[in-house]
Amino acid sequence: MTATASSACAACLRRGYLVGQLAARIAGLLDSPHARLTGVLALPDEELVAAVGGKDRGDALAFLERFDAASARQELEQAGVGAVCRHDCGYPSQLEQLDDAPAVLFVKGAGDLGPLAGREPCVALVGARRASPYGLEVTHELGRGLAAAGLTVVSGLALGIDAEAHRGCLDAGGLPLAVLGCGPDIPYPRTNRRLYDRVCERGLVIAELPPGQRPFRWSFPARNRIMAALAQMTVVVEAAEPSGSLITSDFATQLGRSVGAVPGQVTSSVARGTNRLLKDGAVFVTSPEDVLDELYGAETQNRPAEPRRNPLVSLGDPVQRLLLEAVEGGLGVDGICAHAGLPVQEVRAGLSRLEAAGHVRRDPLGMYRRAAGSPQG
Amino acid sequence: MLACVATFALLGVDSREVTVEVDVRRGLPAFTLVGLPDAAVREARERVRAALLNSSLEFPLQRLTANLAPASMRKAGPSFDLALAVAVLAASGQVPAEAVTGSAVCGELSLSGALRPFRGALATALGAREAGYRRLIVPVENAGEAALAHGLDVLAVPSLDRLVDVLHGRWQPEPARPHSTRPDRHMHGPDLADVRGQADAKRAVEIAAAGGHNLLMVGPPGAGKTMVARRLPGVMPPPSFEEALEITRIHGVAGVGDGRLAAERPFRAPHHTTSPQGLVGGGSHPRPGEITLAHRGVLFLDEVAEFSRPALEALRQPLEDGFAEITRGQRSLTFPARAMLVAACNPCPCARPAGDCRCNDVDRLRYGRRLSGPLLDRIDLVCQAAAPPAAELVDQCAHATERSATIRERVVAARERQRHRLAGSEALCNADMDGRLTRRHGALGDEAAARLLGSVEQGGLTGRGHDRVLRLARTIADLAGRERIAAEHLEEALGYRLAAPVGLAA
Repeated sequence: MTATASSACAACLRRGYLVGQLAARIAGLLDSPHARLTGVLALPDEELVAAVGGKDRGDALAFLERFDAASARQELEQAGVGAVCRHDCGYPSQLEQLDDAPAVLFVKGAGDLGPLAGREPCVALVGARRASPYGLEVTHELGRGLAAAGLTVVSGLALGIDAEAHRGCLDAGGLPLAVLGCGPDIPYPRTNRRLYDRVCERGLVIAELPPGQRPFRWSFPARNRIMAALAQMTVVVEAAEPSGSLITSDFATQLGRSVGAVPGQVTSSVARGTNRLLKDGAVFVTSPEDVLDELYGAETQNRPAEPRRNPLVSLGDPVQRLLLEAVEGGLGVDGICAHAGLPVQEVRAGLSRLEAAGHVRRDPLGMYRRAAGSPQG
Repeated sequence: MLACVATFALLGVDSREVTVEVDVRRGLPAFTLVGLPDAAVREARERVRAALLNSSLEFPLQRLTANLAPASMRKAGPSFDLALAVAVLAASGQVPAEAVTGSAVCGELSLSGALRPFRGALATALGAREAGYRRLIVPVENAGEAALAHGLDVLAVPSLDRLVDVLHGRWQPEPARPHSTRPDRHMHGPDLADVRGQADAKRAVEIAAAGGHNLLMVGPPGAGKTMVARRLPGVMPPPSFEEALEITRIHGVAGVGDGRLAAERPFRAPHHTTSPQGLVGGGSHPRPGEITLAHRGVLFLDEVAEFSRPALEALRQPLEDGFAEITRGQRSLTFPARAMLVAACNPCPCARPAGDCRCNDVDRLRYGRRLSGPLLDRIDLVCQAAAPPAAELVDQCAHATERSATIRERVVAARERQRHRLAGSEALCNADMDGRLTRRHGALGDEAAARLLGSVEQGGLTGRGHDRVLRLARTIADLAGRERIAAEHLEEALGYRLAAPVGLAA
């Protein structure tokens, strides 16, 4: 099945468009901080109209009456968007576990839903938009490592952790899967539109709302339930309290999926949520291996091997080890010079070698930090 | 009767000859001034009248017409006063007309008849010498600066009546001598040895000075970025006589110099609120901007992310071409602008130390965007400036840090190698090398070549970045006195290169 063919049946398609039609009404009903999605999206068409339609009820019923699946399919084709409904064999069966599973998924991109439907392992990597450099680094490495091990990495294309998860996955040549809270043809947030394009080129963008639909506040938690349901395991990298990422992990817990969290600094506000998750018994995730261990068990033979970087520099070299230690300690170049007792020329050259070997990375303003996942010295 | 006196008007940082013609006719007493004078020039009539009368000279009660030729050029400023007064004296027969031939006259008059200094004495003197004048008459205060132009007799005159004595041949002042340069320049100017810590920034400054590379310093506020940048002119090779003349001329025109021959390269640090015109020059009578004032020296942009986008955009062309072209109305002026750029910024918008940083992805993205674009294109090196640890600050015993003079010796030697290698090409230093020259002179050792190939393959280096790293490695090898770039030179250069601009890595 290619993404652009609309194989959804007419009833499901009508349901998908009805949700789009009523999105603004649902917003009015749900957009108070304490309202939960529970139930609303599980209602059958007519009851949904009755529940949220309000003064637009007449319009909505007329819409149901007049809905023309053929022209909707044509529209989708023009937008380059495919639609997969729950009666379709391409529909990811793990979503059926949701009481309010979306009747139809709108998809865009070159990728294929097939592997997901066939229960290929899939991991959701989610976290804060206001991520720290540490969080981004770890996310990138998790995304890269999991994709390299052949897993599908699903995330939400949001700023910060989500985007970095996609980048890591793309880095490893994996197929990124992005679940959006708006129509699948809308790069949201706009800042990530280039990333959106790359995800479309290589992977798949999924949405519950039909094309052209803007996001609503309620549609993000709704998107999170899809991510949680799609993935066998949800890993939260950084999350404040409360946050959307914790909503995702709540959904995952409710569905009986595993939840992992990456430990953070106790003083950091974006680590509060993840540290709490760990306290509550989430899987302790420090590397892609921890995720693989959880999914496949530590000793299983059939677990995919995670390819390692090839260390060009032997860390047996004491100078390199010293430099790496200093970078790990968060020192600047001056600090590293003092720590290693070396002239700055040698330190700069040594750091370049470490960078080439993938042990350290440099941000655009030239600050070095330890690359996550580099072989431990 | 008609009399003509030569004087000079500033045009950008050059001067153009202006002939002051005064015609005295019988008629109702009047003084008309034509030839596109601005308000200050028109007021010259009043100053001339009062100065003549107060110097016991006669102001002719006749019909006076003065013309400033060429009439098509706009004239500004008070430096035409003295020429106008001399022309009136000659036209009314109070001084012999032939006494002023071959002389140019420049200066402002006070009502008492004393002479006041004007801006741009050296530019005027150079213009006069070029126009073939033997003698330049200027106020005493300007004489030292004007006398820097060799091959021209500069007469320093204190007042109008003394000038009349000169023209009558009653007094023959000694030709003025140039101000001596500051006796011992090493005693002046800040020294890099005064800076504690900052090993990385110091090394970067040395490389930048040796190859003429533009530099970006990243560090928290108060780390000492400005302190290090201010010391950069001290490690650059001292200006040659011609360069010093250029610097002095520009500073004279802008009125920021002291009239002495510049002994050091200029250091300009405009505030980040400076307008585009302030940076590259402008105004209705275009004045040099900061980049021109930094010509042959250092332009330091602190908090570079805070500069307005148009201001940074305006710097692009001058940095590229080495001159700034200003077009106002029908005229277009060219200001020299060959300055090294040193920019400084904070590691992130909140400027707090790494642990307390509260910036999120979006903030950093936005900050990076403000930096990227026009300016980062021109940056060859990025270095870190970290606040030195407290122990080092308090430590009283003088550390064996290098003095600027020692570093300067290495820089001069490196520049000498470059000059030798680049002889016959457009480029003066490694930073000037274009792609072709870079490839020709960037001979890599085997190990270094393999290393560079590795970086390109890894995707961390674009085509443009590749050339930049090679140029930088060339300079580092020059500092080490090597003709062939070795692996360690290349590795060091890779360490200082600019990583991909923030927010562009999707």
